[in-house]
Amino acid sequence: MRPHHWLALLPLAALLGAPFVANRVETTVLGLPFLLAWCVGAVLLTSATMALIHHLDRRDGGDA
Amino acid sequence: MTAALVPIAAAFALAIGLGLYARRGRTMKLEEWSVGGRRFGTLFVFLLMAGEIYTTFTLLGGSGWAYGKGAPAFYIICYGTVSYVMSYWLLPPIWRYATEQKLLSQADFWARQYGSKGLGLLVAVVGVVALVPYLVLQLKGLGLIVSEASYGRVDASTAIWLGTAALVTYVSASGIHGSALTALAKDVLILVVVVALGLWLPWTLFGGVGPMFARIAAERPEFLVLPARGMSASWFASTVLLSALGLYLWPQNFASIFTAKGPGALRRNASLMPLYQLVLLFVFFTGFAALLVVPGLEGADVDLALLRLVRAELPPWVVGVVGAAGVLTALVPGSMILMAAGTTLANTGYRALRPEADDATIARVAKWGVPAVAAVALWFTLRGGTTIVALLLMGYAFVTQLFPSLLLALLGGRWRVPALAAGAGIVAGVATVAVQTLSGVTLAQLAPGLPGAVLDLNVGVVALLVNVAVTGAVAVVTRPSR
Repeated sequence: MRPHHWLALLPLAALLGAPFVANRVETTVLGLPFLLAWCVGAVLLTSATMALIHHLDRRDGGDA
Repeated sequence: MTAALVPIAAAFALAIGLGLYARRGRTMKLEEWSVGGRRFGTLFVFLLMAGEIYTTFTLLGGSGWAYGKGAPAFYIICYGTVSYVMSYWLLPPIWRYATEQKLLSQADFWARQYGSKGLGLLVAVVGVVALVPYLVLQLKGLGLIVSEASYGRVDASTAIWLGTAALVTYVSASGIHGSALTALAKDVLILVVVVALGLWLPWTLFGGVGPMFARIAAERPEFLVLPARGMSASWFASTVLLSALGLYLWPQNFASIFTAKGPGALRRNASLMPLYQLVLLFVFFTGFAALLVVPGLEGADVDLALLRLVRAELPPWVVGVVGAAGVLTALVPGSMILMAAGTTLANTGYRALRPEADDATIARVAKWGVPAVAAVALWFTLRGGTTIVALLLMGYAFVTQLFPSLLLALLGGRWRVPALAAGAGIVAGVATVAVQTLSGVTLAQLAPGLPGAVLDLNVGVVALLVNVAVTGAVAVVTRPSR
């Protein structure tokens, strides 16, 4: 594990923690109830984080 | 009404046409047929994985869950995403080993890693037993979609026969190349259809997505949050985690890793697949719109929510296009399932029994496995009954039982356990799942004294713990003394 790989814990925490910290209707985001908006946000965060990790891996060299 | 039949017929024709076209200029050796000669780049790996993960179950089940249960449906968005995070580290070493060893099926991985044909056979059996109900579900979905979208002109069993014939034809001819090309058509069409429906319906019916949720919040507020007990927060988190562990362990998903030409294609997909996951958002919108417009569907009928809403609100040609997208959504994963089953039966099963068989014979057995498995699935589908849903849930829990031994094999070194330990763990886990599913026992019945958050945990957790405990115990007992 390279140090920046730990970044992946961020989206994992957002996805698995969703029902514990975001289980409510208010505040709506773009019309979405809060829980659904949180899940969508966590998915976008995942995509961005994984792209960043991949970018850093490639910059460091390696087989990616 | 006839306007609806045209797009549906076109979808069947397109699938068969693309399937046969994909064969052009190739000699179909088994490695070409099952894993595309290991030459697929990021795009086709993406299309295959998106093609087999987003099935009729996603389309009908996703909208059905939003319609029937509400917020618990959101777990579907989350579990795939968790799986894609793990895929960044899990898939490249699997790919590397599979490429070095020229593996063709999931079970080959266990057989080779643990040096045991017996373990390979066990994994093959678990995989094929899990696959059949998954294929049955695709065929059932296909029947449902075609009969609804054709306004009953084509009955479900005719559609199921047609679909099975189409599948066997193009899978036998082109193998994975046919699936990849059809997946391209399917992913584009389903994306357009689902996003258009998910925006258009709430907009015309309620003036937008925001006003739609505002109405649900006023009339059915319990649909937008998780309940305190039952499908509660701890149910959600444990189900997300368990399903995420299982996603790539479906034999067809595992084998699609082998099609990549390099680990980069797999790593790039770890950030692409989550974006495609957002298609589900629009599937949910449609389910929630149906909740307000066509209420009253219950039990298994909630899966009809999307189709009933579309029929009630949109002209026949649109209904036909939705039906066409649905047909492709059933055929693509169906073809991947058939291929994975055929390859597993031949390359792991037949080869273990007849080690002297040459490659041409194995390829022939794999291709004959396709109509055989299709016939079994067809029989289950037409026979009907609800037991198949129980089988599918069992299938999900079955493939998840392969996770501990996969992880141990990848970690290697001092984590290596003998094949006997891995096999005993899988058998114990699978047996626990079977007993739980068939007897319908819940944690609440087993240990009523535990706090609610523990009782709501997905029961699959128990099987996985049993699996790990048995693997560990057998590994310790059989360890050679030093």
